Amino acid sequence: MSEAVLQILSPTGEVDSARIPALSTERMVELYRHMVTVRAMDTRMLALQRQGRIGFYGTCKGQEAATVGSGAAMAGEDWVFPALREGAVLLMRGYPLDKYMGQLVGCELDPTHGRQMPCHFSSAEHHYVSLSSVIGTQIPQAMGAAWAAKIKGDRVAVLGYMGDGATSSTDFHCALTFAGVHKVPCVFFCQNNQFAISVPFSKQTASDGIAVKAKAYGVHGVAVDGNDVLAVYAATHEARERALRGDGATLIEAITYRMEGHSSSDDPTRYRDSRTVEEWGRKDPIERFRNFLELEGLVSAALDKEIHLSVKRDVDGAIAAAEKVGQPDVDTLFTDVYAQIPKHLKEQRDAILHERRDGEAEGAFPL
Amino acid sequence: MTEITMVQAVNHALRDEMRADDDVVVLGEDVGVNGGVFRCTADLHAEFGDDRVIDTPLSESGIIGAAIGMALYGLRPVPEIQFSDFIWPAFDQITSELAKMRYRSAGQFTCPMVVRTPYGGGIRGGHYHSQSPEAYFTHTPGLVVVVPSTPYDAKGLLRAAIRSEDPVIFLEPKRIYRAPKGEVPDDDYTVEIGKAAVRREGTDFTITCYGAMMPVAMEACEKAAEKGWQGEVLDLRTLLPLDEEALLASVTKTGRMVVLQEAPRFCGFGSELSAIVAEKAVDVLEAPIKRVAGFDVPFPYTLEHVYMPHADRVMHAIDEVMTY
Repeated sequence: MSEAVLQILSPTGEVDSARIPALSTERMVELYRHMVTVRAMDTRMLALQRQGRIGFYGTCKGQEAATVGSGAAMAGEDWVFPALREGAVLLMRGYPLDKYMGQLVGCELDPTHGRQMPCHFSSAEHHYVSLSSVIGTQIPQAMGAAWAAKIKGDRVAVLGYMGDGATSSTDFHCALTFAGVHKVPCVFFCQNNQFAISVPFSKQTASDGIAVKAKAYGVHGVAVDGNDVLAVYAATHEARERALRGDGATLIEAITYRMEGHSSSDDPTRYRDSRTVEEWGRKDPIERFRNFLELEGLVSAALDKEIHLSVKRDVDGAIAAAEKVGQPDVDTLFTDVYAQIPKHLKEQRDAILHERRDGEAEGAFPL
Repeated sequence: MTEITMVQAVNHALRDEMRADDDVVVLGEDVGVNGGVFRCTADLHAEFGDDRVIDTPLSESGIIGAAIGMALYGLRPVPEIQFSDFIWPAFDQITSELAKMRYRSAGQFTCPMVVRTPYGGGIRGGHYHSQSPEAYFTHTPGLVVVVPSTPYDAKGLLRAAIRSEDPVIFLEPKRIYRAPKGEVPDDDYTVEIGKAAVRREGTDFTITCYGAMMPVAMEACEKAAEKGWQGEVLDLRTLLPLDEEALLASVTKTGRMVVLQEAPRFCGFGSELSAIVAEKAVDVLEAPIKRVAGFDVPFPYTLEHVYMPHADRVMHAIDEVMTY
C-alpha cells in the first residue's frame, strides 16, 4: 500500500490511544455485541444452508469489524446501500430479528414476501435500501440518493457498500466520477476482502490498492485496517463529517479477508491456500476487539459469556420461530410489480389461482 | 390552443411539471445550457438552474443509476438518454434495478421516474441513431413503456408519466419531432397511460401502430380507401400495460389485422399483438395476421428508405389481408 493504512488496534495488541474514537462504554459493548451476533448468525445460517433449510447464505466472517464499524458511524437519518455482507447494519439500525430471519428463511415473516434470495434485505423505515445480486449497481444509486439529499438541502449522508470485485464495474467508475464532479455527500465503502468469488485481488486490478483510485476521481481516499473496528468507525465517521461539511465524497478501502467462501455455493479450498487463511485468522476482528475491551475493563469474562449466550438464544429463537411460519401467499407474486395491478397481471393471477384450486381438488398440490 | 412541434410539446411538459413540482429534475448529456441535442430541454437551465437541470458526465449507466438513487430519496427525476441506441450501458440499471425496486422491496422503495429517449429511423442516422428498442423494455415486468405519436399526446402523456408512481420508458419518435405540428392546449391536461387511440375509424381491417409509424398507417389507409377498403388505425400510445381491450375490440370489428412497427420483425412488439389476437380472437379473423416491420438486419444507413416500413409496403400487406 502506498497510502498509510489507518489502524488503532493492532493484531498484536498495541493501541493508538490518541485515535480512539469518542464512544461511550455502552456503545463499545454494543458494537462488540453486534460483531458477536454476526458471527453467531453466520455459523448457524451456514449450517442451515448445509442442511437444506435455507437456499443460500453469504457470510460476513472475518469482516465483522468492517461491517459493524462502518454501519455504526452513520446516523439514523443517513441512508445505507448495502452489498452482500452488510445485513448486520440493518439489525444495528433496529430492524427486528424475526423479520430478518423471515427474509433468510423466505417465509411470511419477511415483509418482502420471500421474493429474493437470503441476505437481500430491505427496509425503508431504516433507510436500508433493497439490494440486488448484481455487482456494483448500488454504487451510482447511493451516489444519486446522496446527490438528492444535497439538492433538497437535507443534512444527510449516504453510505454505499461494495466489495473489491465491484471496483472493476462500470458502475463504480461512473459513481465515483459523478460524485467527484458534483461534490456529492456519499461515503463509498469498499470491503476489500481479497476475493471476488475465486478471483484474488491481484487478478482484479494492478492498482496499488483501492483507496488510491479516489485521487483520479477527485474524491478523498482512505485505507483502513478492516479488521480493526475502531479504525473503521473512525474513518467512516470522518468521511461522514466531510460529506456533511459539503466537502464531498470519500472512498474508504477496508482491508480485510473473507474467512469463508463467497457464499454457501462455493468451496474456497479450491482456489486459495489454507496458510493465508490461518494467517488472517490470527488477525480476527472480534478477538482483537474483545482483547481491547477486556484490557480496558469494559467487558469482563462473565459479561462476554452472557453476551454469547444471549446472542445464541436470540438467533436460535428466531430460527425456530421463522421455520414455523408458512410460505408467502401466491397472491404476492403479482403485487408490487406496479403501483396498481394492471389488467394482464390480474388475469394471470386469477388463472394460476384457478388452476391451483382445481389442482387442490384433484390432490395434485396443496395451496 | 397553440400549434407546436413534438419537441416543443416535450419541452413544455417538462417546464410545466418542473414549475408545478420542485422535486422534478432533469439530467443527462447536454441537457443543460445547450438545451439538449434535439432542443427538448431548451431554456430549462436558465429557468430552473444547476440543481434541477443537470449536465452529467457521459455515462448512461451513471445517469440512470443516479436517477434511481434520486427517485428513491424522493425526487422525480426525468433522465434523458440522448439516443435510445445509447441506452444499453444503462440496460442493467433499468431492467435489474429500476424495474424491480418496487417488487423486491414490496413497495417500500419505489422509483417514480421517466426515462426520456428519442428512438427510430428516418433521419439518416445509421446503425446507432435509428433503432427502435421498445421490445427490450416491454419484456421487462415493472416498466411502463409509452410511445407518443402527436404533439398533443407527447405533452399529455409525458405529464402523466412524470406524475406516475411507476417508472416509465418514454420513447420519442424523433423522425416526427418537428413535423407535423399539432394543436396543443396551453392548460393543464394529461393523456391517460394505458389507453390506445383510434386515429381513423374503419370497418374492413385494423392497422396497429405507435410512434412514427402512425402517420405511415394513416397514409396507407388513404391508399386503401382508393380501393374502397376502410382501414381502422389503432395507435397504441402505451405498449406496456397494453390496451388489450381496444386491440380486441378493433380486430373484432374489422376481422383483419396488419401489425406495423419499424423495429425488426422477429420477437418484436407486434409479435405479441399477433399472439394476443391469435389466442383470444382467432375466430373473428378472416385472414392471417400480417406483420409489416423493419427487416431482421442491423439498421442501415444508405438503404434506410428500403428498411423503413412505408405506405406502399403497408398497402401490400393490406392487399394480402383483404384479398385472402
